[in-house]
Amino acid sequence: MLSTPSTAHVCFDRVYEPAEDSFLFLDTVSSAPETAFLGDRFGQRSEQRRSPPLVVEVGVGSGVVLAFVAANAPAIFGRHDVLCLGTDLNSFACRAAAQTVQTAIKEPAREPSVFLDVVNGDLASCIRPHSVDVLIFNPPYVPAELPDFSRHADYNTLPPESRSTTFEQDSYLLELSYAGGDDGMVVTNRMLEQIPAMLHPTRGVAYLLLCAQNRPDAVKSRIRDWGPGWLAETVGTSGRQAGWEKLQIIRIWRQELAG
Amino acid sequence: MKLLTLNFLTCALKPCKASPLSFPLHPRDAELEIVESELNLSFLRNILPRLAWEELRGVVRELGLPDLPEIMPEAEALGKASSGKKTNENAANENTITTTTDEDELSPKPEVQPEAEEPDLEPTQTALDLHRLLLETSLRAGSLVCGNCGHAYKVKEGVANFLLPGHLV
Ligand SMILES: C[S@@+](CC[C@H](N)C(=O)[O-])C[C@H]1O[C@@H](n2cnc3c(N)ncnc32)[C@H](O)[C@@H]1O
Ligand SMILES: [Zn+2]
Repeated sequence: MLSTPSTAHVCFDRVYEPAEDSFLFLDTVSSAPETAFLGDRFGQRSEQRRSPPLVVEVGVGSGVVLAFVAANAPAIFGRHDVLCLGTDLNSFACRAAAQTVQTAIKEPAREPSVFLDVVNGDLASCIRPHSVDVLIFNPPYVPAELPDFSRHADYNTLPPESRSTTFEQDSYLLELSYAGGDDGMVVTNRMLEQIPAMLHPTRGVAYLLLCAQNRPDAVKSRIRDWGPGWLAETVGTSGRQAGWEKLQIIRIWRQELAG
Repeated sequence: MKLLTLNFLTCALKPCKASPLSFPLHPRDAELEIVESELNLSFLRNILPRLAWEELRGVVRELGLPDLPEIMPEAEALGKASSGKKTNENAANENTITTTTDEDELSPKPEVQPEAEEPDLEPTQTALDLHRLLLETSLRAGSLVCGNCGHAYKVKEGVANFLLPGHLV
């Protein structure tokens, strides 16, 4: 069992508190099948061994997932020179997450991997195309009306002359973390659209969390229709009820085409 | 924000991505700070092929920092065999070595030794300089400007803001 990074410094009034979905990410990326897959693709023995993989987490929240990956890179990737970069719409989450990752990789017994930064942005729009080796996204997936983005700039910083956020502001920031619009898929669909252009053309892989209301089977078959070689499989599940998984993580990747 | 991060960022506007001018972003009114971090030699050696060297040199020059070498160093230039430190320690502490050696012989070696190929390398001055510049020199405040559309993304307290007005709606 690898330990869960500490998020004791994070204020959960305005940053998503690690929950079942977050923990499903920790379990999934460190599971035997996934570490075998990732080690094969990126580990010291893989053909790409020279080049450190770039891991990008979109919507880092508290940073618990990215910190876990950064601190446990040798167990997950078979190497410790992994680059970690995060994004979030919520600037308070960006600061909190940076601290979570920094603390986790500083633990004395760790072989540190390399934490770049957390940037305040929409999805992965500020990252160079085709540069992401591993993309991680635990999106706002609940079918609920999207927040009103028109006040984002105001709500995203401390009110003038004030050292604390307002209640309204906190509610907005938390809404960002769960409200996913129709079928809970509005934000996820925007991300899916960008994935082929974000991922490294041969070795890129994405992990995406879906809930039952997102209709995961339909999502997976749509991805397989992106073109030759594209694959999508469920690699982690939680909350099984009467044959239904409440939450699941799918892996999206491209199989090398022969020739 | 670390200078190395700039190696992976571009303008957030979709139409700019097709233009070579959108990379790298150009720091303006930069306030720099040094945030110390542990040097990871195998990382530095391995990251070289991923660096856009010419572009990073440009950024470093724009910031008025000491120039990066014209030609990207070879991985070999970053590590040198370590000096005889180990031997001295051993001599000073003979009992400990004996125990350690015994244990070493008994316990099976792990099959994969991640760093097996570069056992005792020490960072050279080139490696120290590169680490300082790419991983410790950070943009605390200022902006990052796109060479294509001219948009200036603000950096505050080390966090770059890539949100564009109306972007989310
Ligand atoms: C369900 S939370 C996950 C947080 C964290 N990754 C975890 O697993 O605990 C979703 C996160 O995505 C962020 N988010 C929502 N929409 C986003 C967007 N368009 N771009 C970047 N981040 C976004 C939210 O602010 C929130 O932090
Ligand atoms: Zn631009």
